[in-house]
Amino acid sequence: MEKLTMRRAMMFMPGNNPAMLQNAGIYGADTVIFDMEDSVAISEKDSARRLVHNAIKRLKYPCEVAIRINHIQTPYGLDDLKVVLPARPDLVRLPKAETAKDIQIVDEIISEAEEKNGFVPGSIKMMAAIETAKGLMNAYEVATASPRMVALAIGGEDFIADLKTSRTSHGNELFVPRGQLVLAARAAGIQAIDSVYTDINNEQGFIEETIRIKEMGFDGKSVVNPKQIRLVQEIFAPTEKEIAHAERVIAAYQDALARNSGVIAIDGKMIDTPIVTRAERVLAYAAAVRK
Amino acid sequence: MKSIKQVAQAGTLESSDIMITLSPADAGSGIEIELISPVLKQFGDEIKAVIRQTLLEWNLEDVKVHANDKGALDCTIEARMTTAIERAIR
Repeated sequence: MEKLTMRRAMMFMPGNNPAMLQNAGIYGADTVIFDMEDSVAISEKDSARRLVHNAIKRLKYPCEVAIRINHIQTPYGLDDLKVVLPARPDLVRLPKAETAKDIQIVDEIISEAEEKNGFVPGSIKMMAAIETAKGLMNAYEVATASPRMVALAIGGEDFIADLKTSRTSHGNELFVPRGQLVLAARAAGIQAIDSVYTDINNEQGFIEETIRIKEMGFDGKSVVNPKQIRLVQEIFAPTEKEIAHAERVIAAYQDALARNSGVIAIDGKMIDTPIVTRAERVLAYAAAVRK
Repeated sequence: MKSIKQVAQAGTLESSDIMITLSPADAGSGIEIELISPVLKQFGDEIKAVIRQTLLEWNLEDVKVHANDKGALDCTIEARMTTAIERAIR
């Protein structure tokens, strides 16, 4: 499994906009996603992929750089990969994933590009967005279809359309799909990323949704506006109390290991493996906040 | 391949972008570049060099280029040139 990479805020950037591509790295997102799908007009697909290729190859970004390609069943998806992969993005996000086969097709194309360009085999990662009921039914197979897979995301707007319902402020319409997506991602040992919140001026609604999805077990959220990045990262940041407790757990665990002692307790409470794992996660998030 | 067959355009007039228009030229007429840019004095030669270099990489020797620059980086100029060329030879 890949080492813990923070993907709290993954920010979409329209792939045919040079100003946004060149400034993408300054907002503090954990990942920038250069989009060649929904934010690019059909007549400009060719233009966007050239621009994204050059931006990745020539500009320096202080964060993970992902590309969102068009679906592999459209005429554009294959060309996106052909043009942009030689620039070596860190991550490829596939939209509307429905079957393991979708993932395997992209995986093979990436393998060929890695070999042809002399990249380390397996170094380009993949994630998939689940945007339909059918995709959700196959989510675990999608998540485990390639060792490149590091995350599943839920695409809220398309999902709601597929469910034949509409957005509400309380989010009940997505409660079950979100829960199932987290389960599939966790069963596969990869991350779960929530959908974008498109009402950019509704900060309170955004905060409430982000708190809700963090409680459900998501690792992060896709965002469409730079001002949402800090909000997500604040909500995902552990509290001082959680950090202090995690540090004590890790110290006690290391002490027990050194003494070959099997049982650890802090304040009379037994500490076992899941608690240690959780403490490690808290400290990783705390370290990401300090960066 | 020395020239292009049809007029083609790529890019926009938004900030940090450049709009490139390529037109066919007579054999032997060479590369002719007409550039509009707010940084013409400081970077005009550099922008033209990127345009010229991209054309030469595609073995294009007889082309008219009209470029309306809005402060594009070299990587943007090259990307827009490449798209314009791909559209012109399509």
